[in-house]
Amino acid sequence: MAGKIKDELLHDHNNDGVDRRGFLKCMAWAGTGAFCVMQGGVLKSYSMSQMSQLGGKAAAGELSFVQISDSHMGFNKPANPDVVGTLKAAVDKINGLAMPPEFMLHTGDISHLSKPEEFDTVDQILKSATPKDVFYVPGEHDVLNDDGKQFLERYGKGSKGAGWYSFDKKGVHFIGLVNVLNLKAGGLGTLGHEQLEWMEDDVKPLKHSTPIVVFAHIPLWTVYPEWGWGTEDSAQALAYLKKFGSVTVLNGHIHQTMQKVEGNVTFHTASSTAFPQPQPGKADSPGPLKVPTEQLRSLLGITDVNHVQGQHALAVVDSTLE
Amino acid sequence: MRRCVRIAGLAAVVMAAMVLLLAGLPNVTANTQQAVSATAEVKVDNFSFGPGTLTVAVGTTVTWINGDDIPHTVVSTDGVFKSKVLDTDEKFSYTFAKPGTFPYFCSIHPKMTGKVVVQ
Repeated sequence: MAGKIKDELLHDHNNDGVDRRGFLKCMAWAGTGAFCVMQGGVLKSYSMSQMSQLGGKAAAGELSFVQISDSHMGFNKPANPDVVGTLKAAVDKINGLAMPPEFMLHTGDISHLSKPEEFDTVDQILKSATPKDVFYVPGEHDVLNDDGKQFLERYGKGSKGAGWYSFDKKGVHFIGLVNVLNLKAGGLGTLGHEQLEWMEDDVKPLKHSTPIVVFAHIPLWTVYPEWGWGTEDSAQALAYLKKFGSVTVLNGHIHQTMQKVEGNVTFHTASSTAFPQPQPGKADSPGPLKVPTEQLRSLLGITDVNHVQGQHALAVVDSTLE
Repeated sequence: MRRCVRIAGLAAVVMAAMVLLLAGLPNVTANTQQAVSATAEVKVDNFSFGPGTLTVAVGTTVTWINGDDIPHTVVSTDGVFKSKVLDTDEKFSYTFAKPGTFPYFCSIHPKMTGKVVVQ
């Protein structure tokens, strides 16, 4: 990375919400790890190299959880012939975190082809992770051929509709959404009317000060519509979250870390544990990106999230598998 | 002598049969050619269908072949045909028995669209 860029960055919060420079800088950190803290609607980002200089307050929250994504179990092409090995490396990384996470979120594409044995393998590997609870949302690869029936049977206990649900942990409200079903020709990810109605009712009774974490597979912000990297009706979902002071949206699907801040909302996408994809527009199409073997693990990773109670802050830290 | 005549007669019958066969041959060949040309292929590469618009005659069997490292599907927008998920190198075929325009897409990556025009 060019040495001239300062390691600390303050994001502007204009109404258009996009700090292009900051956005690009966060992108530049992809693969090296970024640490982001949101306080009072202002996001501060630090590179991993500055982590040791930060006070313990920011790094050690009262709620810590980890996001993994896109394990694509069953994938065996040149971009990564050993997705079992890299998922195990991700689990090792999780087990080695200084602050043990209380649970995991898996933001979809657990399997590559929705085969029962692929789900079984992931379940088996994740059993060796220190956090025992895993909350899932499906990726499009998990609902092939059966409109998500198998996914619901395996992971959808207590969920509504196609598998959406919410839960609370230490004052933080988590909402798991499904945007990979009933996709329309030419379109993007879709939440659908029924899910949106449910979500509106779900957040209605919550206090405005409640920190919200929304997680779904396909980004809920328009990363790159030409490649389908966005969700048709995400604006409606985000409208229901306008009243909240702190909203964090965690997605997968694009197999690279990216971050954007828009008003009260911080959007973040996680790395895959299986294979990287090209940066938007930097290739003819999305799809598995073959990189030199020695570089692969620097492009795969996990995301560690800390919530510091009373500070209105969720700290999002990406780390690679290296 | 009679024997010779009989043989000659037989030869004539054989000849006639051969002529008939020869006469029939062009038709057989033509039919075969039509059957061969009544197939077409769409390649699924780099998250797109190629050609994006395929024009074929009624009765043509179209085969889609997935050349990507990622699975795709071929699903008619109007519910006329629907493939199972196609992994790398897997194929799906559909025979178009009626004229019309048949738009389709990949239900996993809906930005991928194409159409078959049957004339």
